[in-house]
Amino acid sequence: MIPGSFSYHRPASVADAVKLLSDLGEDARPLAGGHSLVPMMKLRLASPAHLIDLHGIAGLKGIRRDGNNLLIGAMTTQHDLLESQEVAGSVPILCEAALLIADPQVRYRGTIGGNVANGDPGNDMPALMMTLGATYRLEGPQGAREVAAADFYQGAYFTILEPGEILTSVSVPVPAAGHGYAYEKLKRKVGDYATAAAAVVLTMAGGKVATCTIGLTNVHETPLLAVDAAKAVIGTSLDAAALKKAASAAEAIMSPAADARGPVEYRKHVGGIMVTRALQRAATKAT
Amino acid sequence: MAKTHLTMKVNGAEVEGLVEPRTLLVHFIRENLQMTGTHIGCETTHCGACTVDIDGMSVKSCTMFAVQAQGSDITTIEGMANADGTLSALQEGFRMMHGLQCGFCTPGMIMRAHRLLKENPSPSEQEIRMGISGNICRCTGYQNIVKAIQYAAAKINGVEFREAAE
Repeated sequence: MIPGSFSYHRPASVADAVKLLSDLGEDARPLAGGHSLVPMMKLRLASPAHLIDLHGIAGLKGIRRDGNNLLIGAMTTQHDLLESQEVAGSVPILCEAALLIADPQVRYRGTIGGNVANGDPGNDMPALMMTLGATYRLEGPQGAREVAAADFYQGAYFTILEPGEILTSVSVPVPAAGHGYAYEKLKRKVGDYATAAAAVVLTMAGGKVATCTIGLTNVHETPLLAVDAAKAVIGTSLDAAALKKAASAAEAIMSPAADARGPVEYRKHVGGIMVTRALQRAATKAT
Repeated sequence: MAKTHLTMKVNGAEVEGLVEPRTLLVHFIRENLQMTGTHIGCETTHCGACTVDIDGMSVKSCTMFAVQAQGSDITTIEGMANADGTLSALQEGFRMMHGLQCGFCTPGMIMRAHRLLKENPSPSEQEIRMGISGNICRCTGYQNIVKAIQYAAAKINGVEFREAAE
């Protein structure tokens, strides 16, 4: 399988990349890790006339602590996340989720920016970013803007990115010390997208849930925040009744597609189980 | 489409070539450089047969354009033997432990295991299995591939290799 012909551009700055994308219009696509776009091009499901490779922009890579936020450059790879002591120490759920993405080779190339900006409902990081309350920095011909992850996704492969805009970094508020976390992902095999997955970040006080956020992956055309499910467990000790209520509330907002991963009812059912397991495991990690 | 002049280091030697931007790295390696040890299996980024080592990373060379490898340092299966032509610890391990049957996945397995052992010289069985989870073998059932990598790790670390009881 050989992709269609295209012109290759390798800008050295975000400004140059934005200018290329703006000038070349809809025929141009930014290229990050390429592990979604290149397979699509080989299948001729995508045939951009111009590829703007972002690997030449040094400033887009790296992880650093900025006050109470973790700033992650868009071209930082999943492998970089897994290698980072800063990530492991301050937002360990990122490591847990990154390890469940694809396989080692893909993680050396696949980037956080590509994962969150592509709008693929199967990607794991978007729901996690919504759960963590992350914001994305978008840079375009009109300047830069910061957008909450929760406001970014509009449909499958459809985001609020405007023509010419590039997602350049992700800012993740560091969760409270002693928080509990879990990312539970059901998949058919290593490397597969989730049949359903749930992210939980919570804090406990006196044996009861003090704060809780729940995100859901691949059970809707966009990632979801399960707000009612999270409310259902606050103030509880995660007893059986509370867990059941949370799973039901989460299932109520799921609308997965029926595909090779299973029919709709099955995917909603296991989605509820992922929520239950993530809540239980997160609670054991909270101090 | 205008061709691009590429230079890079492959198995320690400077190489060059002219490619279209759409040329995949695996095609450049196999067709321009005539190094056919790197295999093309699924072409969809799943099977890992095309894995090569690029600047210290295991990469599926069917999912990267050759132009993106400009200036990089690449090792392929052809570069894995010792300088005197004898088998490297990994190659010896695959031979001694029968880590292959048809052999199609073997170049990718060895290139991936090479980087795995560089990053983690004493991996557990579970770490080996997760480490090669991007490489598919349809013959062996992986048991002997895992043993081959354990054999190589032991040899590299200068300790005696003992097969775990079945």
